[in-house]
Amino acid sequence: MDWTALFLSLRLAGWTVAILLPLSILSGRWLAYHRFRAKGLVEAMVMLPLVLPPTVFGFYMLLAFGRNSPVGDMWLRLFGHQLVFTFEGLLVASVIFNLPFAIQPSQRGFEAVPVEVREAAACCGLSPWRSLWKIELPLAWPGVLTAMVLVFSHTLGEFGVILMMGGSIPGVTKTIAISIYDRVQGFDMQGAAIMSATLVAISLATITATFMLSARIGRRLG
Amino acid sequence: MAPAVMALDAMAPEAMALEAMAQATAPIPLDFAFRVEPGELLALVGHSGSGKTTVLRTIAGLWRPTVARVSIGGRGWLDTAKGVDLAAHRRRVGVVFQNYALFPHLSAARNVMAAMDTPDPAGAARLLDLVNLHGLGDRRPAQLSGGQQQRVALARALARQPDALLLDEPFSAVDRATREKLYSEILALRAHLKMPVVLVTHDMNEAQLLADRLVVMDKGRMVCTGTTAQVMADPTALRAMGIREVAALLPATVVSHLPDGLTLLETPAGALFLPLLEAAPGTVVRVRIMAHDVILSRARPEGLSAQNILAGRITRIVAGQGPAVMVHIDAGGHEILARITRRAAETMGLQVADQVHAILKSMSVARDHIAAGAPAQGGD
Repeated sequence: MDWTALFLSLRLAGWTVAILLPLSILSGRWLAYHRFRAKGLVEAMVMLPLVLPPTVFGFYMLLAFGRNSPVGDMWLRLFGHQLVFTFEGLLVASVIFNLPFAIQPSQRGFEAVPVEVREAAACCGLSPWRSLWKIELPLAWPGVLTAMVLVFSHTLGEFGVILMMGGSIPGVTKTIAISIYDRVQGFDMQGAAIMSATLVAISLATITATFMLSARIGRRLG
Repeated sequence: MAPAVMALDAMAPEAMALEAMAQATAPIPLDFAFRVEPGELLALVGHSGSGKTTVLRTIAGLWRPTVARVSIGGRGWLDTAKGVDLAAHRRRVGVVFQNYALFPHLSAARNVMAAMDTPDPAGAARLLDLVNLHGLGDRRPAQLSGGQQQRVALARALARQPDALLLDEPFSAVDRATREKLYSEILALRAHLKMPVVLVTHDMNEAQLLADRLVVMDKGRMVCTGTTAQVMADPTALRAMGIREVAALLPATVVSHLPDGLTLLETPAGALFLPLLEAAPGTVVRVRIMAHDVILSRARPEGLSAQNILAGRITRIVAGQGPAVMVHIDAGGHEILARITRRAAETMGLQVADQVHAILKSMSVARDHIAAGAPAQGGD
C-alpha cells in the first residue's frame, strides 16, 4: 500500500474542491441567471475538458504552463521553480480539468430556484449576497453538492492529465492512480488490488454519504 | 385578532403617497401615470398581456422601462431622467406574488421573519395571527393549503413594514370559497393599512369590490382611471374590460337574515333580498350588480317573481355599436347600470330624467359579488 500516493491524491482532491467550490457557486449561479449571446459558446468551453482525451488535455496543459510559455516563464521568475512537474502544477491542471464537473451541476441547481422566489427575496429586502446565503444556496445545494462530489472522486482517480502534467515523482506528483499503474507494471498485482479496492471504498463512501445527505435535504424541503 | 391589528397600527409611522409613471415602446409597451394616496387601494385591471403586472414590477424595482419615474412621498425610487434606480431590495415594498413565491425551505414564521430588518419571532407570530394563521408558524409552505400560503405571503409582505403594498393577482390561485373569505379579510385589514396599496387583477369583480379607484390597462396603456362609477361611464374602458363586466357597486346594510334562507338588506334605493350572507345585522357591504342582470320598468311592477325593485331616475342613456344601450340610473344617490336592448329602450320611450324601476333577481347576485365594507365615493 502506497500511503504517500494515497495522501497526495486526497490532498490534491481536497484542494481542488476547496478552489472550485466558490467558483462553482458563483459561475454556476451566473450562468443560470443570465442570458447572453455567447452563452452557448461559454457553456461549450466549460464542457470541453469532458470530451477531450485526458492525455490531449494534459499535453496542452504542458504547453500552456511549461517553461517556454508566458505563464510558465512568469511562474519560474516569481517562485524560482517550474510550474509543471510540481504539486501546484497538478492543482492548476486539476482545477481546469474539473471545471465541467464543478460548474454544470451547480448551474442546474441554481436554475431550479424559481425566478419569483429570487425576486421575492429581493422584495423582502435581502441584498444579493444575503439572498444567496439564506435563500438560493439552501435551494441549489443539491446541485452544488453533486458538483463537489464529482470533482472530488474524479480528481482522486485521474490518471492521464496527472501523468502528462506531473510526471510520476514520488511524494510530489505520484498519485494513487499512477501508483496503481506502476504496481501493475511491476507485476505487484496484490499491491495494485489493495490500492484499487481502497479507491473503490473511498469513492463509494463519498457517493453514499452524498445520497444520504441529499435525501435528508429533500425530506426537509418536502 | 385585536392586539395583532394594533401591532399593525403601530407600523409604518409615516404614510406617503406613491407616484408612478412610465413610457416605453419596447420590449414591453407601457404608458401610464398615476398616484396612490396613503391608505388608498388602487386596482390595475385589464386582460392578461395588458401590462398591469409590468407596472407592478416597475414599482417594485424588478423591471426598468426606458422612461419611468417611481417615487414614494416625493422620494425617488426610480427616475430614468436623473439616473436614479434603487435596487429592489432597497425599496421598501411589500409584494404578494401571484404564486406567492414563498421560500420553500423555510417555515411560515421564518418566511415572515426573512422580510424583517431584525428577525423578531414574536412579531412574526403576531403577523401570522393577524392573517388568521395562529399556530401554523412551524409549517413549511408545502404543508399549507393555497389559501394559507396566500396568507403567509401577505404576512411576509407586511413584515417588511412597506411604504407601498403591491398585490399581484393574489387571489387567482385559490378556490372560490377561500377567495370570498380572503376578500372580507383584506377589507377588514385595509382600515389599518396606512400605506398605498396597488392590486393587480384581471377580475373586474375583485377590482370593484376591493378597490377605491380603478386603473384600466389595455396593451400597456392606461385607458381610464377613476372610481367604479367613473370607469363604468367611460366607453374606452368598457371596450378594454369587455362589456359583460359592466356593473354598478351599491352600498347596503344588512338588516336581518330571514328563515327562508335570504338576507334582507337596506339600500338608499330600497330593500334588497339576497341569498344568505354570513354577516351580522348592521354590517355595511358592497354589492356588485351586473348591468346585464337588471330589468327596467316604468311602473312599479306587481305579480313578479323578482323581489328587488329599486326606484330611480335616468341620468344617461349611452348607445354603443351593438344592439344594446347602457342606461345609467340614479337610485337614492347611487348609480345603477342597466344594459338593455336598444329596441326595448325605444319601445318604452326612455328619456333622461324619466322615473324607472330597476328590477333584479335575488339569485342573480352571486355570493362572491358581495363583500364587507362601503365602496369609495367621489375621488378624482
